[in-house]
Amino acid sequence: MTALPAKEQFDVIVVGAGPAGSAAALLSARAGLKVLLLERGEYPGAKNVSGAVFYGSAILNQLIPNWWEQAPVERYICRRDIAFMSPTTAVALDFRCAGSGYATAPYNGFSVLRPKFDRWLAAQAEAAGAFLLTSAVVDDVLWDDGRVVGVRVRREQGEIYGKVVIACDGVNSFLAKKAGLQREFHAHELSLGVKEVIGLDPAIIQDRFHLTGNEGIAFEYLGAITEDVHGGAFLYTNRDSLSLGVIGQVSSLVERRKRPYELLERFKAHPAVAPLVRGGKLREYSAHLIPESGWAMQPKLYTDGLLVAGDAAGFCLAAGLYLEGMNYAIQSGLAAAETAIAACRRGNFSARSLAVYRKHLKQRHVSTDFRAYRHAPSFVNGPRLQNLYPEMIARSMEQIFRVDGAPKRKILPLAYRMVRQSEIRPGQLLRDAYQVARAYLW
Amino acid sequence: MVMTTHEEKMRTVRFRVAATPHIVVNSEICRNECSVHACVYVCPANLFVPLDDGGILFNYEQCFECGTCYIACNQENAIRWSYPDGGYGVTFRES
Ligand SMILES: Cc1cc2nc3c(=O)[nH]c(=O)nc-3n(C[C@H](O)[C@H](O)[C@H](O)COP(=O)(O)OP(=O)(O)OC[C@H]3O[C@@H](n4cnc5c(N)ncnc54)[C@H](O)[C@@H]3O)c2cc1C
Ligand code: SF4
Ligand code: SF4
Repeated sequence: MTALPAKEQFDVIVVGAGPAGSAAALLSARAGLKVLLLERGEYPGAKNVSGAVFYGSAILNQLIPNWWEQAPVERYICRRDIAFMSPTTAVALDFRCAGSGYATAPYNGFSVLRPKFDRWLAAQAEAAGAFLLTSAVVDDVLWDDGRVVGVRVRREQGEIYGKVVIACDGVNSFLAKKAGLQREFHAHELSLGVKEVIGLDPAIIQDRFHLTGNEGIAFEYLGAITEDVHGGAFLYTNRDSLSLGVIGQVSSLVERRKRPYELLERFKAHPAVAPLVRGGKLREYSAHLIPESGWAMQPKLYTDGLLVAGDAAGFCLAAGLYLEGMNYAIQSGLAAAETAIAACRRGNFSARSLAVYRKHLKQRHVSTDFRAYRHAPSFVNGPRLQNLYPEMIARSMEQIFRVDGAPKRKILPLAYRMVRQSEIRPGQLLRDAYQVARAYLW
Repeated sequence: MVMTTHEEKMRTVRFRVAATPHIVVNSEICRNECSVHACVYVCPANLFVPLDDGGILFNYEQCFECGTCYIACNQENAIRWSYPDGGYGVTFRES
């Protein structure tokens, strides 16, 4: 265990060395501030789970030019599929971008493994001058006269003082609650992701997914894959492994009495998925929560002496087409650092002084994105869009392509019958179409 | 093998077990006040074992520290939840 720095005051104390925390520590340290980065894991990333495709390459490139040449990245994504599933069939939207800007510097997205990636990013913060302390759980914030003046680490003489605390402690953020900024969550606002990393020979990965060199794919699945649990599934390629997982809303797992790891097995056994994972060997199983409700679960973002960033602030866009949290974590971590730097210059750490955080979040398109997509989560993460319609699409295809001697039906009567069988009223269908459009189109 | 049992999955995860539990379940509340037993289904580590008397047997040692049980449980004070001491608990290597 490293010794705590003696009774000295830091300019910035960052809690949590995920992407939000390491980005905040890096930028603050570069501005010449005295920065402490606290992480409860044995090393940064030891507690962290993502899919994971990192879509923040261009953002990171501004901080660390050509970062991917030195970072532990797996593959750059040159193909994205969204598949709609029935229990036995799948219809996919297949976006191929190997010959586009997606596949040239600074790249659109990379698959990464969090224990490696997070460790590397935290090391960049250290190289910039931040002091990283691992195996350090923060249990509380320290108060003086109504303002946050530091944190309490669980160990003897664990009080550490700082001018600004940046809480980047993830989805279960105890700090945001201790600081009075966040309420307790409801089970419908969070989803549980269970994941496996499955080892597979790189040559087989390339063959199976039609990839050359370090190209990679990101597949997303909706529909019957999670049975009647609201959620979806994903499958990504790494260098010599696959990352795949199932995501299910906590409240609907409870209601349907479904065990998440059984859904995972079901996913791997689906006829459209089984050939992709065949011959692989399980390397690691993991689980983590996702804040799915975006805008609706965002806390108050700052108080006297404290800012909240990343998942702790609900900055995770999890809505059907998108599962992006690491990029927003970095953007909001940077915005928090910019706020802390300005506050240090002014020597004023009051909530009023920290209110420019909002402006920085806007400039970095964080708050604007979450505002734009504020209608998406509550609707998209619901039963009809995640389960029913995707399955109907797959089932329609089954019928459209079927040749069995029966008279061919045209598509419209087929679709009409499908809707009637599903007990969805036509009015509902129209309202849903409007909601989808409102969520994604304008 | 690609298809795995839950036990096989858990064997791939590294845990550094702390001496004291970071999660404590009050089985009295489970027995007397809870009919849902949500924790039994949602826990990805399958750590909540229902007992014949309606109570719950819980062991913290192979916990992912994900928070799902705490979110899913609808009985106040049935679960006392915190993180293990620094450096202890689950330590992912690949995820
Ligand atoms: C299954 C799954 C798949 C996902 N897929 C993707 C994806 O493909 N792409 C994507 O962009 N996003 C994805 N996400 C979302 C993404 O993982 C998160 O949005 C992102 O990790 C948030 O970063 P963060 O730094 O805010 O929090 P975290 O990464 O959770 O980091 C928080 C850190 O704080 C530490 N910590 C917490 N409490 C304390 C404490 N009290 N004291 C000290 N340290 C503490 C933790 O150990 C951790 O290191 C996925 C999430 C899941 C669960
Ligand atoms: S859901 Fe809560 S109260 Fe019910 S059995 Fe589980 S821990 Fe006990
Ligand atoms: S925190 Fe997660 S893994 Fe641990 S007991 Fe609760 S649900 Fe299970």
